[in-house]
Amino acid sequence: MEASTLAVTILWSLLFVYAMLGSLDFGAGFWGMIYGKNDHTSASQIANRFLSPTWEVTNVFFVILVVSVVTFFPFATTMLGSLLLLPIGLGLILLAIRTTFMVFEHHAKRFRELLRMTSGITGLIIPALLVSILPITLGGFIEFEDGLPRLYYRELLVHPTLYMHIAFGLSTELFISAVFLMDYAKEAEDHSAYHTFRKHAIWLGPVSIAIAVLTIGTFPAEAAWIVDNIQRNWFWFGLSLFFFLIGYGFLFLKRANGERGMARLAVLAIVLQYGIAIYAYGSAHLPYLVYPHLKIEDGFTDPGMFYQMLVVYGIGFGILIPAFILFWRLFLKDRRYLKQE
Amino acid sequence: MDIVVMARALFGASLGFHIIYATIGVGVPVMIIIAEVLYWIKKDSDYALMARRWTKGFAIVLAVSIASGTIVGVLISLLFPSFMEIVGQVIALPFQMEIFAFLIEAVFMSIYLYAADRLSPSLRLVSIISVAIGATASAVLITDVHAWMNTPAGFRITPSGDVTDINPWAAFFNPSFGVTAIHVTLSAYMTVSFIIASIAALRLMKSKITQAERNYHKKALTIALYFGAITSLATAVNGHETAQMLHEYNPRKLAAAEGLFETTRYAPLSIGGYTSLEDQRVKYAVEIPYALSFLAGDRFDTEVKGLNEYPEELWPPLYVHVLFNIMVGIGSLLIVVAFLALFWKHILKREFPGWMLALLVTSGPLAMIAIETGWCFSCIGRQPWTITDVLRTENAATQSPSVGILFVLFLSLYIILLFVTGFVLKNYFKRNPVSKDLSADTLG
Ligand code: HDD
Ligand code: HEM
Ligand code: HEM
Repeated sequence: MEASTLAVTILWSLLFVYAMLGSLDFGAGFWGMIYGKNDHTSASQIANRFLSPTWEVTNVFFVILVVSVVTFFPFATTMLGSLLLLPIGLGLILLAIRTTFMVFEHHAKRFRELLRMTSGITGLIIPALLVSILPITLGGFIEFEDGLPRLYYRELLVHPTLYMHIAFGLSTELFISAVFLMDYAKEAEDHSAYHTFRKHAIWLGPVSIAIAVLTIGTFPAEAAWIVDNIQRNWFWFGLSLFFFLIGYGFLFLKRANGERGMARLAVLAIVLQYGIAIYAYGSAHLPYLVYPHLKIEDGFTDPGMFYQMLVVYGIGFGILIPAFILFWRLFLKDRRYLKQE
Repeated sequence: MDIVVMARALFGASLGFHIIYATIGVGVPVMIIIAEVLYWIKKDSDYALMARRWTKGFAIVLAVSIASGTIVGVLISLLFPSFMEIVGQVIALPFQMEIFAFLIEAVFMSIYLYAADRLSPSLRLVSIISVAIGATASAVLITDVHAWMNTPAGFRITPSGDVTDINPWAAFFNPSFGVTAIHVTLSAYMTVSFIIASIAALRLMKSKITQAERNYHKKALTIALYFGAITSLATAVNGHETAQMLHEYNPRKLAAAEGLFETTRYAPLSIGGYTSLEDQRVKYAVEIPYALSFLAGDRFDTEVKGLNEYPEELWPPLYVHVLFNIMVGIGSLLIVVAFLALFWKHILKREFPGWMLALLVTSGPLAMIAIETGWCFSCIGRQPWTITDVLRTENAATQSPSVGILFVLFLSLYIILLFVTGFVLKNYFKRNPVSKDLSADTLG
């Protein structure tokens, strides 16, 4: 494999991990807000119990993603940096507010309601800003003036594809987090939260698929190249849909105790669904990082440097795996944590 | 203001904000380890309580440290894209390794914070040691990038501006990495010691506290004074080596720091005052004959380069002399304070008088000022270069006109967060005073 292709594959893998973790994190914030006031269901507690120890790890994955883009594709930074300064800057401000307020929630009980609202609302706006980057790379919204790239905000803001991308991002986020929290609630043997999240997963699943298909229909005219590539990749997108159907089916199967829904298997199938879809979309996006201005090999770093970085990644994750296992056992498996009052 | 100045101001302000929290994040875990170990040795529950209370404070600070760190991490790419282009090809390794340091810290911090009651004592100690290693490693690694900007190595730049002959490890072990990393680490430990001393001294000045509380704060103060005395002395010794590194690799910066215009042997050290361009010397300073030559090369006849060796357009702003002096002045003062307090306690065996406590209260904020001025000295003293003699700041910065509005937004964010963190910390420790924790301990 070409070094730059390997780099972009790693990048998409990191994007996949962050898409999953980010959906859980931001989604849990949203559900925590929705059910914060409601005394009848413990859905909010389940969401917050998951959120407390995990947001730091999720945040580091965001940083990994940014650092990897910059260090693997330094020449892309020049272009993306000047284009995205404003939207990413705004996103950073919101992220900083969310992070600090979420932690402060535990220490300033008087303002709990306000802080929870903040966490929920930013849990929708930040992902919306992040997915807005996708349509920009498809073509049609960037031109060069005096050698400097310019983003046509007006064209972007009136184009339906922006809003479909955002709708797609949000429905996906909420679907993934609902399915996962359903599993988490089951692990904690919290039936009312389990049913709440199952109910939401059932309507969000088909909605997210429908929006995904409709989004492709709204791509700008300049993005015909990627639509062609997507059609050529039909097998993989079909496979992704297949896993969705399996996962969705697991939501309805009866367990031995008569309750409906096999949460763990549903989570697995849906992670596979998104994993396949992200790689299929990523390969359809090749060879461009930003159409038509930037191809991956133009943006790529020095290959010698890249291989050194791979070694660092290998060693780094090698050291961390035992730590992750400990983390998993303490927060996602340990009944004493899951079932505390 | 033009865009480049705006970008520099935005980035400088963001780092100046991040470093407050980051420094605390580097030092506190080490203090917690000391308290945990003392608890293990002495079986005195006051130390366990100290570890617990410091952890609470740390958790609050860490949130802002991570939030602001994420901001600077992304902003550096957005605001200085041409700089990051070279960084990505030459000095990407420390950036990447730093992430793993963050991950180690984040994972073990969650474990230490949310699962402490489910861990065995030894696993608890392992967790907090991992947090300390992660935090110190992240400081060392980011400092490596900074050191490389000051003394670049591991690449060549062609006349057309392309980067060739890349050697990532030569860049990693650039000439100033070692001394600078040690200086940053020691100064962070020292700063946190004095912050803890400040808080303890402030509590001891109150007239209405019980004997149990008084004992608790005295123990905290003793830990802080010992660790502060050691680290402040070490910081100064190592700072001296840092200055010698400048003498060897970046004499222009040393000349600006000392306000020296003519290249001289037997150069005097000017303390205080400000550098006057018209008079070509430092005005209103105390001069110690030969001292600068001795500091730079360990010999009185060492030749120290002056600013006039370089074209004036390559001089850093002359006020860096003041920044440098503030750092060194505070460093020297705090050594005196720490040793004086220990002398009082152990040799005279007397209670601290009010003026001494008042002096100790100022020590934490002073150390933080030294950190800020030290960094500003190092970054501003590098001007007009972002990468010394390779990339000029005006060529490194973005051309995007949105910088102005972001500057205003980020500055407001930092001001708000400073107040909110202060408020939350105060509120939390007010609702959970030591007296309450102490009585809970004796009951339970
Ligand atoms: C508590 C904080 C503190 C204290 C007391 C000192 N320093 Fe410092 N110094 C720093 C905190 C710091 C710093 C903030 O950490 C810097 C900024 C960049 C760096 O590498 O470390 C720094 C930089 C720095 C540099 C510039 C390095 C460069 O630009 O490459 C020199 C020459 C010194 N220091 C020398 C000293 C001396 C001789 C001290 C004598 C007491 C001293 N420092 C005390
Ligand atoms: C010498 C100055 C600096 C020190 C001592 C320092 C130290 C720290 C510490 C202790 C943390 C906290 C927490 C954690 O481990 O999660 C942190 C967070 C962070 N810092 Fe800094 N930092 C410094 C400068 C910088 C600079 C210049 C950058 C970027 C260019 C940066 C990027 C980051 C990032 C991205 C994070 C967030 C990581 C996360 O998500 O956990 N830091 N820093
Ligand atoms: C955390 C403490 C730090 C503070 C308070 C600080 C302060 C500053 C200030 C005030 C400036 C503006 C200088 C000017 O343009 O006149 C600046 C610039 C800069 N600093 Fe630092 N700095 C810190 C650490 C770092 C580190 C660790 C790095 C390396 C990763 C770094 C990289 C830069 C870059 C790239 C610029 C912009 C280009 C330039 O002006 O040279 N800084 N910093």
